[in-house]
Amino acid sequence: MSGKKITEKEVKNISDFARIHLDEEEISNLVPQLNEILDYFDKIDEADTEGLEPLFGIHSQTNKLREDEVGESLTQNTALSNAKDIEDGYFKSPRVRD
Amino acid sequence: MIEAWKTTQKIKNGETTSTEVVEKTIKKIEDKEPQINAYITVEKEKALEKAREIDRLIEKNEDPGMLAGIPVGMKDAISTAKTKTTCGSKTLKNYKPPYDAYVVEQIKNAGGIIIGKTNCDEFCMGSTTETSYFGATKNPINPELVPGGSSGGSAAAVKYGGASIALGSDTGGSVRCPAAFCSLVGLKPTYGHISRHGLVAYASSLDQIGPITTNVKDAALTYDVISGKDPNDPTSTKSKQNHYQNLKPETEVTLGIPKELMEEGINPDVKNKVKNKISDLEDQGANIKTVSIPSLEYALPAYCIISMSEASSNLARYDGVRYGYTTGKNDDWNTVYKKTRAQGFGDEVKRRIILGSYALSAGYYDRYYNKALKIRQLLKKEFEKAFNKVDALIAPTMPYKPFKIGEKIDDPLSLYMGDALNVPVNMIGSPSITIPTSHNEPVGIQIIGNHHQEQKILNIAYAMEETK
Repeated sequence: MSGKKITEKEVKNISDFARIHLDEEEISNLVPQLNEILDYFDKIDEADTEGLEPLFGIHSQTNKLREDEVGESLTQNTALSNAKDIEDGYFKSPRVRD
Repeated sequence: MIEAWKTTQKIKNGETTSTEVVEKTIKKIEDKEPQINAYITVEKEKALEKAREIDRLIEKNEDPGMLAGIPVGMKDAISTAKTKTTCGSKTLKNYKPPYDAYVVEQIKNAGGIIIGKTNCDEFCMGSTTETSYFGATKNPINPELVPGGSSGGSAAAVKYGGASIALGSDTGGSVRCPAAFCSLVGLKPTYGHISRHGLVAYASSLDQIGPITTNVKDAALTYDVISGKDPNDPTSTKSKQNHYQNLKPETEVTLGIPKELMEEGINPDVKNKVKNKISDLEDQGANIKTVSIPSLEYALPAYCIISMSEASSNLARYDGVRYGYTTGKNDDWNTVYKKTRAQGFGDEVKRRIILGSYALSAGYYDRYYNKALKIRQLLKKEFEKAFNKVDALIAPTMPYKPFKIGEKIDDPLSLYMGDALNVPVNMIGSPSITIPTSHNEPVGIQIIGNHHQEQKILNIAYAMEETK
């Protein structure tokens, strides 16, 4: 292994950004695995990509736009049918502020 | 299992009925499921009702469609209206989509009967079908072994006769790997040829739906049914084609063997079986060339970076508010969101989201994500050069044979390495078909074509199938 690329603190920060709670044991188990994988990712440094544009997808296309016409959409009841908490025809979310 | 193309003919000419075919398939499922676990949901009553409907259409001399009466297994990452679509995850264990995926509509319009939803690695992340929340699927050839993944349930169901054909999705080999491990045919079409509308997204620029079948003719038939331009998927590019009617064995071709895909890390037995298969085709008139695609060595790490980055973005939608698992606790938004996702996702999904978020984060974006996209460009150019010299490329599908369940699950990097021969195809968006090297042998050989060359690779596979 060529030095530690990702630390427990960084994993904690990233899991916060990614909104996944990890406890300390999970983090300490993950760190060596992630470092091993990141070491493997270093292989890409060897590739000569000078002058090449990044390729996001094979069609290399820009956004496809359609006419702004009203089409069929889900009914309100259908859209709410998989939600655990609803109120007055709306999704009910956890509180955003204390 | 009799071929689907033949079975539908027999149903149409009255030699059998769809009801009989579906009843036999359900009997197989009831016998084999306790051992194999290929299905998450089986729709017995709905399937029988649909079969009776098909039989009534035939009695009335109405056209029942190209797949009339055929039982189809649907990977549980493909949305089915009002039928649970779990994606192999606790997060979606009770989720019932309000609409059918484009491919489901096409199967139904063609008279195909969705018999159930097949098991898969959680959010299609895996190559063994061991990461499913609903338990591992076993390989019907030998239940101690993995069936491959992530579409392992689809392949296992077809192998034991629990479906005539099944659909899977292939982000980095997830149709071809289980097809190879279960000694079946698997087709990963050109990116954009099959609409992804209704496919639960893993890595959107790589995902492509494809059929898993017992033979090449069924693969062509199913592909014709499920492909086509769909306004709901802006990356969908191709109108419907007629590969099934135009299928003919093609042997007068020039085939390239990328030396990088036949070198290191390939099990000697796998290598020999693939070489024998190539010799058979040479005997029939094929011209074989060795070619080089030097940047193939970077394909796998670049693929991992791109797929995990896209996954970290796609899976941000699972907040437990509109649908999906939630802790249901009355905490603040961030606490509920974090706990919901921690409890709803399995270890592999969390690992990939963390790695993807890391690769996209400020400071690492250029080093990982942007560099990986440049490697994708490099690969595209090198493959284009190779396709100027040959009609198609040939390689083993998997570097090894199926291994024991549990053997590699704690070594993620080793599992990622297993995808090395499949991921380059997804990176460049090309079509590829895997067929078994011999009857019931869990070793596949894949034929890779240039964009839109499905007919060519199907015809070569058809010729190769005859030398089984």
